[in-house]
Parts: sequence; structure tokens; C-alpha cells
Amino acid sequence: MKLELRGITKRFGSLVANENVSLTVQPGEIHCLLGENGAGKSTLMNVLYGLYQADGGEILLDDKVVKFSGPGDAMAAGIGMVHQHFMLIPVFTVAENVILGHEPTKLGGVLDMAAARVKVREISDQFGFDLDPDAIVGDLPVGVQQRVEIVKALISNAQILIFDEPTAVLTPQETDELMAIMKALRERGTAIVFITHKLREVKEVADKITVLRLGKVVGEASPDESASELASMMVGREVDLEIVKEPAKLGAASFVVSGLSAISHNGAKVLDDVSFEIHQGEILVIAGVQGNGQTELTEAILGLQNKATGSIKLNGEELLGKRVKQVLDLGVGFVPEDRTEDGLVADFTIAENLMLDRADRKPFVAGLNLRLAFLREFATKLVKQYDVRTQSIETKAGKLSGGNQQKVVLARELSRDLKLFVASQPTRGLDVGSIEFVHEQIVKTRNSGLPVLIVATELDEAVQLGDRIAVMYRGKIVGIVPSTTPREVLGQMMAGISA
Amino acid sequence: MSEKLKSTKPAVSVAPADSAESSNNRFAGFARDLVTGNALIPVLAVLASFLVGGILIAFSDESVQTASAYFFARPGDTFQAIGQAVFGAYDALFRGSIYNYQAGTFSEGILSLTQTLAYATPITIAGLGLAVAFRSGLFNIGGTGQIIAGAVGSTIIALYVPIWPGPLHFLVAVLAGILGGAIFGGFVGFLKATTGANEVIVTIMFNYVAAFALHYSLTTWLKAPLAVNPQSSPVPNDALYPLLAGDAYPLHAGFIVMLLAVAAVWWLMNRSSVGFHFKALGHNPSASKVAGININRTYFMVMAVSGALAGLAGTSQILGTEKYLGTGVAATYGFDAITVALLGRSNPIGVLAAGLLFGGLRAGAVTMQANQNVPIDIVYVVQSMIVLFIAAPPLVRSMFFMPKQKEARA
Repeated sequence: MKLELRGITKRFGSLVANENVSLTVQPGEIHCLLGENGAGKSTLMNVLYGLYQADGGEILLDDKVVKFSGPGDAMAAGIGMVHQHFMLIPVFTVAENVILGHEPTKLGGVLDMAAARVKVREISDQFGFDLDPDAIVGDLPVGVQQRVEIVKALISNAQILIFDEPTAVLTPQETDELMAIMKALRERGTAIVFITHKLREVKEVADKITVLRLGKVVGEASPDESASELASMMVGREVDLEIVKEPAKLGAASFVVSGLSAISHNGAKVLDDVSFEIHQGEILVIAGVQGNGQTELTEAILGLQNKATGSIKLNGEELLGKRVKQVLDLGVGFVPEDRTEDGLVADFTIAENLMLDRADRKPFVAGLNLRLAFLREFATKLVKQYDVRTQSIETKAGKLSGGNQQKVVLARELSRDLKLFVASQPTRGLDVGSIEFVHEQIVKTRNSGLPVLIVATELDEAVQLGDRIAVMYRGKIVGIVPSTTPREVLGQMMAGISA
Repeated sequence: MSEKLKSTKPAVSVAPADSAESSNNRFAGFARDLVTGNALIPVLAVLASFLVGGILIAFSDESVQTASAYFFARPGDTFQAIGQAVFGAYDALFRGSIYNYQAGTFSEGILSLTQTLAYATPITIAGLGLAVAFRSGLFNIGGTGQIIAGAVGSTIIALYVPIWPGPLHFLVAVLAGILGGAIFGGFVGFLKATTGANEVIVTIMFNYVAAFALHYSLTTWLKAPLAVNPQSSPVPNDALYPLLAGDAYPLHAGFIVMLLAVAAVWWLMNRSSVGFHFKALGHNPSASKVAGININRTYFMVMAVSGALAGLAGTSQILGTEKYLGTGVAATYGFDAITVALLGRSNPIGVLAAGLLFGGLRAGAVTMQANQNVPIDIVYVVQSMIVLFIAAPPLVRSMFFMPKQKEARA
């Protein structure tokens, strides 16, 4: 089925989220919708899916104008959506989730679970999904849950599939597998709209690219275009995708981890004899597929792992066994991988978030009394210094874009007197412009002579940012190699094969 | 169905969370929604409840019932009867709670207001305690138990430790009440911090523990020697809150304590580093943990402060209003305090306003029943409707033709 959007306009109050957006998607085509966070990609797709009503323009399916008053209409017309945040019920089985909304029945009203299971298996086998219809969705890994979402869309015979930032939650392997699935769907003649801001993915699967910026179409591009060209279309200015950093000036090895092991609450070894050291003025990247012990490693450094054994020494002082507060006081700056969950209090203002770790310290407090005037001054200074785009320091952190939220976290962590900087997936889910800023800050921190530990799941980032790369696999360090190591070798190490 | 799909919340949480944690977050989220809702909603909820109350008054009024029997012959009679019933009832409510203009002298008329303030005192103080917990993401339902604990603490000092001279006896009795509530509440925080116990369930169960332990005590060691009912001996005069306006009025110094408590809680939650940690915990425990806040200690402190305030409310009952310990000391104050905290959106000033409203309803209900024959239950219905309306903002919005909340931007 051919999909055409003509002159779609959608306003929220005075804010124009989409202005006169037009695009055409042919059957058997993967059409990438590329744009930064807030460019209006999701709004456009929600209009198409019937969640929002457009203020202007029309939607055509096979050249016939259609009107959707809700997702039900869109689904009936053959449009399916794989949401960024899955619309699944965690306690239901795969089959139950898939049939939800159009349950097969027999004998006039009895739920026909057998038929549901058969249908799930059918679609699952067709694409090599390997889904167990009776598995509880909540127990499945994220990548597999996404397949359930895809099956859910396909079972109602969707001819047009929308993928809303599908790779944001996936590991590199899962991403590769998803790309293969999308290609298989294309072979079948499904029209696919793929929303993303990751250039590598675009270049891999897209047949056609439409770039959105600030709600408007800024142009169409072919996947042959270079990544930096696509990035500048997206951002509206020249973007440095390469990280420029001068050679490392190494100081003493002030951060030393030796023999670190940890056991998860169900008894599995999540860290297995991990040892490494980082010199002052050096970035060590911990590379690896997510879930191989990186989270536990950063938790252990921060004092959140109480079952870790071994030793973590910063300037000769043992960190293991200390409380989070003591660790922070010793000069550890930490950017968590999930900034909205662990880095910020969404309902607090920017200023309040900037003092989250020091509200009970001088000069922020006199006695027990908060010094709000000082806080205002401090926050105003940091917001300027770290280029947080906001109207006021009283804006709630939850209202900021991901990039600006990360800037707030960076500002707070880097404004302490640091001896070590740790950042876990610091650019996860950020747009190109913010990634550039975060990378600059990390390199600047390293140049100032701190040891820097970065956890990265994307190979590109690991190779560009790291002075050395330590690859983790199943809680072990497979090897520590220079960042000039070929990608294939690193890829093999990430699968557990030592170099 | 389309409403459901409009929700932008993820149906599946990507972050791994164990089930106890996530159920806690759900309560915290509920408390957060109530605290951060639109400020106009509570006011409109009260208004809507009075409207519903008016309808019930009309239905339950005998002359309305009589007049409606011949409604089609003379509809005017029915409307007149409804008008008289509703106006009469709310007029009595006013006379009973604010100023009785039918009384001969000013000093008799103003008695109503002092009654309102006296009733409002324990409700407001306990409401402040629960508000602190709600703002900190802990759904403390244990107001009743903590009030009892405070009352028992005060009673023990007041009755059995008469060694101090007057004012000191009173002060120590009040402090004992605060301490009693703090221990009873803080223990729940301690259990939550050390074992992960859900504070909602523990506090509800502790209400029963407190109520039955109180009953047992009042039939045994706390029982007044000659009493028939389970109650303690009367509290000696030197341990009582001083009366503020003479013997003719029930208003005692607990009212001043209440005003101080409002100011103290406002300072705690808006201007102190301790309150900042409380709120951080309430809004995002995991970010608080990563920022170095000792969340286990904070859980304990929140519940201790919350319980201490409820205990203080208990002292105003024992040392102010009732002057002896009976099984009904907490009455419905524990649960009224929840309503008051929610109605005041857990903001100290709002809690004060809501507490005064509830004090007024309680004081006026008596006059309403005595003068107008309106069942006192109508007032309880009005109180309950307020909670219902607060819990359903869209209902209130549509009742008052307010625009729907703006669509969230994707």
C-alpha cells in the first residue's frame, strides 16, 4: 500500500510541531524520517496513527484520502506502529499480548488461545523470530519484546509499519537483527517508516530519507550521502562527527581496580576478577554489549554494590565499602546511563537538580537553612557555562530535551572538585548536536589531567573517544587494547574471543 | 479505548525493577499526582461537594418530601421547600461554625468560631504530618495509630510523672506525645529501610495494633480506678494546654502550636536541606541514591517527622480537648487528616485551609442537626465527596466547564 502525507500541519498552542510536511512512502520501501529530538518526527507519526488530529493537510492511502479519528481507524486501514515505549502488558504471555484487542473466539465467545498460539508461531517462524507464545512478556529481553510488538502489528495485516526510534533501547546485536527484520519486511512489500536520528542505521537500511528540522521538511536525501552531510542537514550547521583530541599526556596511574568480583542477587557472577588502571589524562573506554557487567562495575565504583569484593583504589584510597556520599566526596564524578531515572529528579527545577548532591553542604546551606540566593547565582553560572538551553533555571528538569538534561547532569558532576570522572553511555539517546557537546566536555576533562572511565556500547564512540579500550564480556575483561585496534577485532572481543 | 492509547506512559518498564520497588513507585506516583495537580481542583471539589450535599439535604428533608407529593399541582411549593431546606441547613452550618448571629451577644456568637478552631487543631497538625510523608513519596496511612501513640505518651507523663512543677509537667507531656508518635511512625520507616516493607500496608496494620493495644491498656494498667468504661483518669490541670480565651471557650494553646507547626513544616519542606532530601526521595529515590543521599536514613526520618506531628495532634486531644484518654481519642482524625493533606495538596498553607474547613464542618454539623434536623451524616457525605472529587479531576473539570488538560506533546 502506498502512503502519502500532504501538507500536514500540527500545532500545540503557539508551538508548530509540524508545518506543511509532505512525504510519500512506496510499498516495499524503507523510508527514513531523520531529525533531531523535537524536530517533529513523533508528532507526525502520531498524526498518521490517529493519535493526534492534524490542523491542516491530508493523509492518502493508495491515493484515497483517509481520516483517522483514533488508532483503531489507522489499524483497520492497515497501519501498524512499533512504539518506542512498548505498548505491552508485562504480566500477559506473548500470545495474549498479540491478540489483545482482536481476540479470536470459538463457540460464540470462548477465547481461542490455541488459534492465537498457532498464529503467533506462524508469523514468528516466517521471520525467524523464535518467539515462545507462552512466555511472559515481562521476562523477555527488550529486543524480544520489540519482536512481540512487531508481531502484534503484523497479525492485524499491517501494510504500512511505523518504527518509532526502535533502536533506542537495543544492543548493537539486537539492532543488527532488527535491521534484518526490516529488510525481510521490505521484501514482502511492506512500506516502512523508520524514525531515527542515528546516521549509521539510516545508511544501512534506508531506501529514501526525509530530513525534518524544527517541524519542517528540510530536504530529501539518498542513503549514499555522507554521514556528515546528513548530520548537517539535520542540525542545520556543520557538525564535527569526528572527535578531535590531542595525544594523551599521561600522568600517574591514579585509579586502580584489581581483582574486582561481584555476585548478583540470584547468585550469578556479574563481575569476575576485573583489573585495570587508568592514568591521569587518559580515557579508558569499557566497551561491550550492554549487560556484561558494565553497570555493576560503575555501581561498585560508586558504592552502590554491596556484594563486591576486590579493590578499587583512587589515589591510594580504597573506594570499596564506602558509602556513595564518601565516594563522591573523594572526588568521583558520575554520569549514570539512565539520566532520567538515576541522574535527575524530573519534578525538580534545574537549579534544584544542580544541588542534588550538595544540598547539605556549605555554601549551599547555612545551618539547615538552604541559601536560595546562592543557589540561583550558582545555577545561573552553570547553565551559561554548560550551554543548557532553557528560559529559566526554575524550569523543571523533566521538561528539558535529553541533550539539555545531560548537560545539567554534566554541569553538576563536573562542578565538583574531581579526581576521577566516570560516565556510563553518556550520549545514549542524544541528538547529534548534544553528542558533540558531551564529547567535547569529556575530552576537556581528560585534558585537564583526570583519569576518565567511559562505558560505551557503540563501537564508534568507543574507538573515537578512548585512548585505550577495555572490552568486557560476561563480567570479565577480555582484553585491554589501544583504540587503533581494528573494528573486527573489537567486535570479536565483544563476543568473548580474546585478541 | 482511544483514551487508553493516548497515554504516553510506557506499558513496559525497560529498566529492571523488582516488584516490591515498582509497587512502591506506584504509590509514590499516586501521591505525587495528588500533590502536583492543578491548584484550582481542591477548591472546586469543595464547591462540588457542597452542591451534592445540598441535593442530599433536599432529598432528606421532610417538608420537601411532603411538597413533592403534590408537585404537579403546585410545583412552586416543592421549590420553596427545597430552597428553605438547603438554605436553612447551610445557614445553620454557618452559625455553628463561624458566627452565630442569632445569639444575643458577641461573646456568645463567636463561640462557634472558637469551636471550629478547636476542632481544626488536631486535624490540621496530623494533616501536616501526613503531608510531609506524601511530599516525600511515602503514603503514610497510619495517622490514627500515630495519634494514639502520641496520646498515650502524653497521658503517661501527665498522670504518672507528677514530680515536676506546672509548666514543665505540661512541656514534658507534650514532648512525650511527640516522641510517642515519632517512635511509632519512625519504626515503620525503619522497617521500610531495612526490610523493604511497604509503608502503606504496615501503617494500616499499625492502626489496628495501636487501637487494640490502647483498648487493652485502658481496661488494665491505664484504667481509672473507679471508671466503668475503658478510660484513664483525668489529666491534672498543670499538664493541660492553657485556655486562650477563658473558660467559656474551648480554644486552647494547641491552636498556637498548630500555627507554629504550619510555619515549621513550611520551612522544613521549602527552605531546609533536610526537606530538600525528603522531596528528592519522594520524586526520585534512585537519583537521590546516586547523588549520595542516604535514602534509608531519609525513609526513617520522614516517617519519624510525620509520626511526630501526628503525635503532637494526639497531645492536643489529651491535654487540650478531651482531658482524659479514652478509646475514641483518635476518633476519625487519622483519616480526616489524610483528606486534609490531600485537599491541601500537601502544602502547609493548603493543609491549614483544609483543616479549618474540616473543623468548621465538624463544629457546624452539630448545629445543623440540632436546629434543622439535618442528619449529621450529610456532613460526612460532603467530606467524603471532597475526596472523591479530588481523586477525579476530569469530573470536576467537566462539572465546571473547564477545558480539558492540554495534550501532551510527543
